[in-house]
Amino acid sequence: MTMLRESQIMKIHYITAVAALFVVAIHILMRIAFMPYGMSLEYGNVIANYQSIPYIILLESILVLVSIHGFNGLRVILLELRQSKKWEDGVTILSIAAMIALIAYGTRTIIIANGLGVG
Amino acid sequence: MTEQLIGKIETVEKKHEKEKHQKEKEYLRNSVSLKIYRANKHAGESPHYDRIEVPVQRWTTVLDALLYAKAYKDQSIGIRYSCRMASCGSCGMKINGIPRLACYTKVSELQGSEITVEPLANFPHIRDLVTDFSQFFAHHRNMEPYIQNEHPDVITGNNKLTEFMQSPEDVDKYLQFSYCIKCGLCYSACPTVATDTKFPGPQALSQAYRYFTDNRDTASNKRLNLVDDRHGIWRCHFAGSCSSVCPKGVDPALGIQLMRGHLLGFAKNEKKTAELKERLKKDD
Amino acid sequence: MLPWRGNIELERELADRNNREGMKGWLNPRRYGWERVSYWLQRLTGVGLLAYFVGHTYETSQITGGPALWEAFLELSQTPLGHMILIVVIGMCVYHSANGIRLIFAHGGKGLGKPGRPDYPYDAVSLNYRQKSGIWIALILAAVAMLYGASVLFGGE
Repeated sequence: MTMLRESQIMKIHYITAVAALFVVAIHILMRIAFMPYGMSLEYGNVIANYQSIPYIILLESILVLVSIHGFNGLRVILLELRQSKKWEDGVTILSIAAMIALIAYGTRTIIIANGLGVG
Repeated sequence: MTEQLIGKIETVEKKHEKEKHQKEKEYLRNSVSLKIYRANKHAGESPHYDRIEVPVQRWTTVLDALLYAKAYKDQSIGIRYSCRMASCGSCGMKINGIPRLACYTKVSELQGSEITVEPLANFPHIRDLVTDFSQFFAHHRNMEPYIQNEHPDVITGNNKLTEFMQSPEDVDKYLQFSYCIKCGLCYSACPTVATDTKFPGPQALSQAYRYFTDNRDTASNKRLNLVDDRHGIWRCHFAGSCSSVCPKGVDPALGIQLMRGHLLGFAKNEKKTAELKERLKKDD
Repeated sequence: MLPWRGNIELERELADRNNREGMKGWLNPRRYGWERVSYWLQRLTGVGLLAYFVGHTYETSQITGGPALWEAFLELSQTPLGHMILIVVIGMCVYHSANGIRLIFAHGGKGLGKPGRPDYPYDAVSLNYRQKSGIWIALILAAVAMLYGASVLFGGE
């Protein structure tokens, strides 16, 4: 059930951690640096964000990096709780599935929001 | 500026350590109540605590107090002990909730009029204060805790003695990890061992590093592959509890992180493999 | 690959849960010092942040339902309770990140000191102030970030 060695998985975990830190920091700055926080949450301003390609890339990066880091962390916690082949395989499959599902759902939001702005 | 800051932190640390050891409090009393965990599943005895009052002096250890209780109050108390001088690791138990060696813990360093003594956590329980170390030793054996060298023998034309050359610097790299007495305190304190039955534990992993870094050993890659597992070295999260309870200064957390540094590529395996050298006899 | 894999009897023996502390063991942050506290906080903040991330991804997807749905959702989240939750999330995020950076270095053996010849009182060299101060810095940064977040959210900046 393992395609990657644990050391490779953990290297990915550390790299996604550091990368996510940067992209999330930029995401938060964008909420408070250009206009008051409350104004930045208005419908028109949010939709306008989704028209900017760099911003879309930023959001997609956050989705991918934080999903991988977060669900791998959850996988680690769950693996330590019980040890049987069924449980371990189940946890691994569910973590990967959850990662993919969340990335897909978030990407859907980005695509639709981008389309809404064009209209 | 960073170096100055680090230097300042280290100076403060040294000062605090000195003050801490000078000011270690002593709680002097004439007697203490031992609250001893008693249980014997095989004889149908359910878990309960017995309270036994024992007289103490300034240097009485918890082991002394337990042996007094066993000798004069209740001969049925199950205790494991041997050397009485923190050398064998037999008397590990939880004292006031923290894994300690009973022979190395003075009653006067513990607060309160009652001392709670329980068997080590995370080890299968046998009876009273005695636990089963088979799993613990199995994890240790799985690390192949012996020197592995492809060329251990040298055939020489004469009968001169040969030895592996190892400088004092080479010895310092693994010496503290070789001081491990397998008392199991670190295994009991570890939060991962509390839930993960396949995790080798701090003792086994630090021994893996002890042999990995020994320059007489040539099986470095094999040792790294041994611990690079889903339930291996990566399930250590540096909670540091192992190092905080170790009575011999082994610092298993250090060994584990140093080994992980090699797996992560933070450190390179630059150890110079020890050579066999002939010891020349001058009078020959 | 650990050598007991495939050895069913040994696997069963090793799977003995007799007297293991279980979740109670790793949920208790006391007894062992700052590193154990930081491990406990890192775990809790990690799980908390993952839960927030899933909720936030759902929350932001409301934008696809048009202005009415978005405004309705803002009414739900831009409340004092919503702000309090966000402040806690800010603290969790800053702590988890700062402590995580410290852990990346510690896990690589950096800042932990060198092995040597232990002497009484056998203090562990890895539990030094250099890496321990990283925990305190993470806590202080989290507190500062929470205060700033509160000033932005409640201060109406």
